[in-house]
Amino acid sequence: MSILVNKNSKVIVQGITGSEGEFHTKQMLEYGTNIVGGVTPGKGGQKTINEAINVYNSVEESVKETGANTSIIFVPPPFAADAIIESSYAGIGLIVCITEGVPIQDMVKVKQVVEQNGTRLIGPNCPGIITVDECKLGIMPGFICQKGNIGVVSKSGTLTYEAIDQLVNSGLGQTTAIGIGGDPIIGTSMKDCLELFQEDPETEGVVIIGEIGGQMEIEAAQWAKENMSKPIAGFIAGQTAPPGKRMGHAGAIVSGGNDTAKAKMDFLEKCDIAVSESVADIGALMKSLMN
Amino acid sequence: MKIHEYQGKQLFKKHQINIPIGIPAMSIDEALEAYDKLDSDVVAIKAQIHAGGRGKGGGVKIAMNKLDAEKHIKNIFGMNLITHQTGDEGKKVERLYLESGVNIKDEFYAAITLDRNKEMDVFMVSSEGGIEIEKVAAESPEKIIKIWINPLVGIKSFQIRKLAFGLGLSGNAFKEATQIFYKMYECYQKNDASILEINPLVVTEDDKIVALDSKFNFDSNALFRQKQILEMRDLSEEDEMEIEASQYNLNYIKLDGNVGCMVNGAGLAMATMDIIKIAGGEPANFLDVGGTASAETVKNGFRIILSDKNVKSILINIFGGIVRCDRVAKGVVQAVGELGLSVPVIVRLSGTNAEEAKEILSNSDVSVIPATGMKDAAEKAVKAINN
Repeated sequence: MSILVNKNSKVIVQGITGSEGEFHTKQMLEYGTNIVGGVTPGKGGQKTINEAINVYNSVEESVKETGANTSIIFVPPPFAADAIIESSYAGIGLIVCITEGVPIQDMVKVKQVVEQNGTRLIGPNCPGIITVDECKLGIMPGFICQKGNIGVVSKSGTLTYEAIDQLVNSGLGQTTAIGIGGDPIIGTSMKDCLELFQEDPETEGVVIIGEIGGQMEIEAAQWAKENMSKPIAGFIAGQTAPPGKRMGHAGAIVSGGNDTAKAKMDFLEKCDIAVSESVADIGALMKSLMN
Repeated sequence: MKIHEYQGKQLFKKHQINIPIGIPAMSIDEALEAYDKLDSDVVAIKAQIHAGGRGKGGGVKIAMNKLDAEKHIKNIFGMNLITHQTGDEGKKVERLYLESGVNIKDEFYAAITLDRNKEMDVFMVSSEGGIEIEKVAAESPEKIIKIWINPLVGIKSFQIRKLAFGLGLSGNAFKEATQIFYKMYECYQKNDASILEINPLVVTEDDKIVALDSKFNFDSNALFRQKQILEMRDLSEEDEMEIEASQYNLNYIKLDGNVGCMVNGAGLAMATMDIIKIAGGEPANFLDVGGTASAETVKNGFRIILSDKNVKSILINIFGGIVRCDRVAKGVVQAVGELGLSVPVIVRLSGTNAEEAKEILSNSDVSVIPATGMKDAAEKAVKAINN
């Protein structure tokens, strides 16, 4: 078991013939991800990645031909919202959008559509999701992971890798790691991921990595306090971030009193979540909770 | 991206939101000319800077005659305006906006912004105009009326009526307010704004609704399709080094400390700043070099960091994923050699080929201090300052 993706996921890549799409398709195939096709409008009928993958003109066509149920998106920001909605309409159940820089107005609409259609969206502006040794649906370095029983959910890419690396060094493997993205509007929240990890029998503990801006960590912690039986180790980035400044991620900005790192760390602790003050202690903290 | 009040009012005019007659001025002469052109008994002279709190800082004055106007124009133009948002260093005033006075009967607050929790835009109005909305929210939240806009349906008439009724309006003022609220949403949405705030929005003696101020922020992700908005960008309002960094595709924010840092990924970059603080130092900057971290990127990163004379040591923290650490190490050695750096450089590389990277660093003839783990790196970077 694991959450969201596994070796049976049938994946299509939207934007497969672009340079990023092509590069990461190769990486995902190497990891063992079951990629059944790609979509680039106007290039339908071609073959790509050493002639091994069929390209289709539309997601609808690719679903009909391959039975795909999962999609990963590498298209430029102006077309990303369209790509997500196309997949949602074609009946894809899980969409990961890697694209960084999608306009907020686009995402506000996308969010309504995917909710109405019951589509699970991860991202945008995220590293994706990996179920160790089964399916890598994203741009993370797969080899740093080790199979085990810790779930990881994070707003940030390299910080997720850092946490995974520390877990491995502490002797803890992972079930699934999800980068949910650092934009103000994203498809799947931290709380959604906690719900999934709570239900997954294989996951025995969870690392959550948040940052300044928004209330997503607060919502997740509140839910965990009431519903979660598994131990959680938390970290919040941005303790030294000045207010009103966007720290790289579009959503990482302190705009009030309740979205600072300090406010979130205090709230997490109030909800019985162990909080690591230093980024260097995340792995060790999780280890201590598992003993 | 922010714009000036007068630019916001030009947008209002385009979207048929009433504004007082006004003229922007880029010099004292232009301002004096604008005063004569306005030919009004009462004229507001307003400093145009992006920060809020201009009135309290002395950047907004009312002139009742020409002598008054000349005095205020000469005082405000070129002044170093300090408000709670500019910080202690203040901001030099290089643009003025002159505006005819209006007879005010009542003042309101009106704004549209993204509600991240509800994942929809929220339209807020309050009868408490002219004061900061945060204060109203804290002291009398019942005085703020809110509606949320479903983006697939758009703003509906009953919602707009709720806002106008909530302000206690009737007659012509009610009718005009409903029209203006609709136009405000149109203006917000069509221009990809992330904040549109009018404070105060006033009812005049003759029951007209007029925007006395304008505050905008725009979604920087959407600027590719908002050429007109992008043209309003005032680079003098932004940090020079942040602009230069963005030209190299680097994300840089200057801070007050003396430990510089260069990191791949925004989250890890924030965490690196935090751990420098925990180690007893103060971070000098946020710098995300993105996914690639080539020799060229590292070199540009060094240049940007070292433009800040406070920097006494530099911590490079790269988690090599798809990017291999040995390549980053070569880039660091090359950049340090070419630039002939005088400050100590502490390098922590983790992930793909980290061992090979360490060897490259220790065998090089440039002086870089290798570190293992983030704690070690931060401690070494802080210690290096005191040596």
